[in-house]
Amino acid sequence: MDITPKIETRDLNFYYGRSQVLKSINLVCAEHHVTAIIGPSGCGKSTFIRTFNRMNDVIPGARVEGQILLDGENINLPAVDVVELRRRVGMVFQKPNPFPKSIFDNVASGLRINGIKDRAMIEDAVEKSLKEAVLWDEVKDRLRENAFALSGGQQQRLCIARALAVKPEAILFDEPCSAIDPVATAKIEDLIIKLKKNYTVVIVTHNMQQAARVSDYTAFLMLGDLIEFDKTEKIFTNPAKRLTEDYITGRFG
Amino acid sequence: MERHFDEELTRLNEKLLSMARLVEESVALAVKGLKERHEEFGRDVLEREQDVNLLEIEIDELCMKLLALRQPVASDLRFITSAMKIAGELERVGDLAVNIAEVSLELLKVPLLKPLIDIPRMASIAQSMVKDSLNAFVNRDEKLARSVCERDDEVDCLNDQIFRELLTYMISDPSTINRAVGLILIGRHLERIADHATNIGEDVIYLVLGKTIKHHIEEIRREQETP
Repeated sequence: MDITPKIETRDLNFYYGRSQVLKSINLVCAEHHVTAIIGPSGCGKSTFIRTFNRMNDVIPGARVEGQILLDGENINLPAVDVVELRRRVGMVFQKPNPFPKSIFDNVASGLRINGIKDRAMIEDAVEKSLKEAVLWDEVKDRLRENAFALSGGQQQRLCIARALAVKPEAILFDEPCSAIDPVATAKIEDLIIKLKKNYTVVIVTHNMQQAARVSDYTAFLMLGDLIEFDKTEKIFTNPAKRLTEDYITGRFG
Repeated sequence: MERHFDEELTRLNEKLLSMARLVEESVALAVKGLKERHEEFGRDVLEREQDVNLLEIEIDELCMKLLALRQPVASDLRFITSAMKIAGELERVGDLAVNIAEVSLELLKVPLLKPLIDIPRMASIAQSMVKDSLNAFVNRDEKLARSVCERDDEVDCLNDQIFRELLTYMISDPSTINRAVGLILIGRHLERIADHATNIGEDVIYLVLGKTIKHHIEEIRREQETP
């Protein structure tokens, strides 16, 4: 199997205060593939992917042990530039969270933060990102309108365009479809599959069918342990572990 | 945790078992009719055919419904896809039992060409294969399923032997051709029944282990991987 590790964790432990949320997790997210993280609520899925761009740093009492490698370099070190890290590893959240600004300014905001002032360059990047997020045709004539005028599914694709504008290498999706309807979900899922050509994608989802549809690899987490990690087709046709089987067939609990 | 889905899977399982029971009986009756040269058994087989066909359709419809509405995964998915395949194999076995009964009924009109020795042997192996493949399914018994697949060669050998023997009759006395061909056909039908039992055995192994052994695929893939 020819894969290049893009993000890799080695003996990753995570604590909120005294409670341990992630237990010695070793996992490789392959470059230009989609890796899905599934598991029951509270198993540590979101915490886990938030370690990939240090989103947990701001949480009081949070502590990370172990290595998180991005292209083989440990990013879990104080000297790492977190702003630059988050440019390289973008994130899309559960609820669409556009800024209270125009559609155009939403996508342009990341570029401006990164110090780009050239107007033509920004316009070019905004168009490209909106096209990549398959939103351009729906918004090209109303770029100056407030982003809140868009539907939930469109807002989510706008957030994806905003993440793409700063040319990241990996994108983390944290339950990206849980707040939108099935048609909008299908569009986002299609988009995720397209994105892996240029990016590495990691997605946390409660929706098992979604993991099965979009991902190449699936990791099953439970109570902070990585129970099983394998090719998605293997996990959903013939999982090796009893716990995985019980969870994905709904026998759990 | 008991799921509502489990009730539906139990219903599917029960349907498959009733179909299996009918088909097993059909094969037994067809063979009995041939050996005992009795018309009644053959007629019974023909009557069962319709019930077997109906069950196959019901099983297919139930499987399609469960696939569409439940989107099963893992062992649930393997069970439902195996059930569809096994129902197809059973329907073919049922048809072959009918074919045997039809030939047997024709052979009743003429004296027996020779005492039947190898055909009953073949029939009893083929029947045991059908029975064991279904027991393997019921008990999710991968070892028994494998033993069914291993018995297939024995049936193939007997079939070749029967063919060669009957050929000598036909060459020495062309007036035997009609009766000899009838027996050759029965041998051929029994051989096909054993093949279907083997397929069921392979389906059971997939169901239990999630591993395909059909067509010696493991060896073929291994050879492909080593240049």
